[in-house]
Amino acid sequence: MLYFARWKIALVVLVVLAGLVSTLPNFFSTESLRQMPDWLPKRQIVLGLDLQGGAYLLYEVDKQDYIQKRLKTLVGDIRQTLREEPRIGYTGLGVQGQGVQVRIRDVERIDEARERLSGLANPLVSSLFGGQQVNEFELNVSEDGLARFTFTEEGLSQRVRSIVQQSIEVIRRRVDELGTTEPNIQRQGEDRILVEAPGENDPQRLKALVGQTAQLTFHMVDVSMSAEQALQTRPPAGTIVMDSIDEPPIPYLLEEAPLLSGEDLVDAQVSFDQRTNEPVVNFRFNTSGARKFAIVTQQNVGRPFAIVLDDEVISAPVIREPITGGSGQISGNFDVESANDLAVLLRAGALPAKLTVVEERSIGPGLGQDSIDAGRLASLIGAAAVVIFMVLAYGRFGVMADIALTANILLIFGALTFLQATLTLPGIAGIVLTIGMAVDANVLIFERIREESRAGRSAISAIDAGYSRALGTILDANITTLIAAVILFQLGSGPIRGFAVTLAIGIFTTVFSAFTFSRMLVALWVRWRRPSHLPI
Amino acid sequence: MLLKLVPENTHYRFMWLRRYSFPLSAIVAVASIVLFFAVGLNFGIDFKGGTVIEMKTNESPADIARIRADLGALDLGDIQVQSFGGPDEVLVRIQQQEGGETAQQAAVAKVRSSFEDRVEFRRIEVVGPRVSGELAQAGTIAVISALVVILFYIWFRFEWQFAVGAIVTTINDIIVTVGLFVVLQLEFSLSSIAAILTIIGYSLNDTVVVYDRIRENLRRYKKMALPELLDRSINEMLSRTVMTSVTTLLALIALYIFGGEVIRTFTLAMIFGIVIGTYSSIFLAAPMLIFLNLRPGGGQAKAGKEDAEKDDSAAAPA
Repeated sequence: MLYFARWKIALVVLVVLAGLVSTLPNFFSTESLRQMPDWLPKRQIVLGLDLQGGAYLLYEVDKQDYIQKRLKTLVGDIRQTLREEPRIGYTGLGVQGQGVQVRIRDVERIDEARERLSGLANPLVSSLFGGQQVNEFELNVSEDGLARFTFTEEGLSQRVRSIVQQSIEVIRRRVDELGTTEPNIQRQGEDRILVEAPGENDPQRLKALVGQTAQLTFHMVDVSMSAEQALQTRPPAGTIVMDSIDEPPIPYLLEEAPLLSGEDLVDAQVSFDQRTNEPVVNFRFNTSGARKFAIVTQQNVGRPFAIVLDDEVISAPVIREPITGGSGQISGNFDVESANDLAVLLRAGALPAKLTVVEERSIGPGLGQDSIDAGRLASLIGAAAVVIFMVLAYGRFGVMADIALTANILLIFGALTFLQATLTLPGIAGIVLTIGMAVDANVLIFERIREESRAGRSAISAIDAGYSRALGTILDANITTLIAAVILFQLGSGPIRGFAVTLAIGIFTTVFSAFTFSRMLVALWVRWRRPSHLPI
Repeated sequence: MLLKLVPENTHYRFMWLRRYSFPLSAIVAVASIVLFFAVGLNFGIDFKGGTVIEMKTNESPADIARIRADLGALDLGDIQVQSFGGPDEVLVRIQQQEGGETAQQAAVAKVRSSFEDRVEFRRIEVVGPRVSGELAQAGTIAVISALVVILFYIWFRFEWQFAVGAIVTTINDIIVTVGLFVVLQLEFSLSSIAAILTIIGYSLNDTVVVYDRIRENLRRYKKMALPELLDRSINEMLSRTVMTSVTTLLALIALYIFGGEVIRTFTLAMIFGIVIGTYSSIFLAAPMLIFLNLRPGGGQAKAGKEDAEKDDSAAAPA
């Protein structure tokens, strides 16, 4: 146990040096690191949101909202399909619970109707079932002419998956425009999206940008009656009353079917209105959008149209002249920031479905810095207390244990930096706990050496026996803690996971430093001094 | 001379104490369970849902009564306001709002707009009803699966009596720690689960070290009565047990005092758990082996040190 070959010593020293080298960049500022030569390691420990501040947002796709919207479009599609020549008479078309129902009037033509409607069941190619075709809807037509569409389970879950995928892309485009450093946007489970923005100190704005659906539509305003009138009686068929974004809201009567939507946009930029000097958003349509817009404006000079964002009217200008250039302007009481945010939203596109925040944790930069300071102070004092105590209790061997402990701490930080694992406040607690428990391995060994020495063994033989007998105990004891750490990692998110990581890394470095590094130190000391009596 | 917390060659009769330690632990554990059901844990938002807002006020000290009144005017249901850390720091808890996630967000927006100009928002955490349910489930599963996996590990490494003894002891530690949360009404959150898992790890660590020595001595002193053998094993490990607890406690106490308000409950739970874990590995885990009939029959014959030394080489760990 006490013989170490040269290469083994070299290897152990190398490992500790690697830890040191990997840890070093953490002591420099990013500025000075940039000026150093390229071959030097530059990676620093990644700080968790609780230490550097930032926002953690967990969104969930609002399935009910999506289902209702999708069913509404399906109703429109069914109406259109049945009205195609030769028309098939129907009645009672509408959304029924989680499906759509329609009754075919003429029982003779059920087969024909089934034929036509089955095209709307919307086949999707599913990757889950090996490319096998799955329909989004299941169509049932009974003998008495009642046709019913219902979502298939696979169809719905595949839809949700693709919504999550699209939403992630849209969110990424939006967050990138905010200039947040290294945001983390990822799918979580079936229908959730995690957005982490470290260092973001305005989580409110982030939330507004990420969570807004940003569905932009253009509608003609119906001037056949006033909105108030429509509310009191009943809006004419094909129209809808929408409130404006103003305080208090002004109702508008709009044609329900949009002329154009956000998908027809190619660009949106902030500029300033030349007359009022207010911020406005300039947008440009793609070719087909520009053509449609030109036709509509030509036909409707003198009539107002409405620009609607997420079912709220932003502005309702009157068309003064045909707009053929394919570009336009939205003005509506913006300040620079809100105009800018709207431009970002329009450029990034709309979310395919409504997202709800199911979990939010945002930490201000001030609290993060306080936590770093507190964590640093606590670890320094804790480590100092343990170091002093070890020297008091074990003398020269205590010093060796302390050197091993220092190597251990270096290795923990080195590994954290190298693996780019996230350090959180509970993670710091994990390191402090490891400092306390790391000594345990040394204590086990030293106590064993004391015992063997008392039992009458010579110094070298006592040390030898102490190490070899303590090994099994140390392994058993650490594996149980490791099991707890691994399970904790599985469970946790964010801060807790950081705790599990440092605890687990700490276990490996502890076993290494107590069993290899400190044993080597003791072996070298024995070779040097050849003690006959143990100072322990 | 070197500091020795425990004198050499102690001969404390721990097993004799089991007639007190067993009933005492049983009473504490039962009391914890009764309190758990009668009083209940003070669940944090991780498991209950709701909102926590930490703010730093512009004036020092913060006018808590006024903040409470202003929040009350917003009509958000049950609200708690307490000072947290420094004199100008305040922690606000808002209950889960009726109407799901959207209502929660609306509540936060209300608080924001009404306090924006006089406080700095240091931390905002909102947990919706679905997520809190999942977290509670995940936490329970984590604790149970940790126990099961460790049970199998110890069973694999030792005889079954050790595995049972270790698990019963650990469950006792968990129950008593939960009892502490109930009695002090500490907030029980995800980090409390982390603390409990750490305590499981530590308590087992301690128990395993003592068991390891018992196993070694079982091979060495083939005919010694079990209670005597257990006493001997614990006495041999006493110095180590105390040393390790002390160094770990030193580190944790530093963390408790200087580590900041955010992790104070977390550290307190761990300090308590280390003390309980040390106690239970000596006073519960070891004597439990007598009840579990680890050495049937062999307990009466009084033989001891004679066969000790010659069996020495066989005692090397597996």
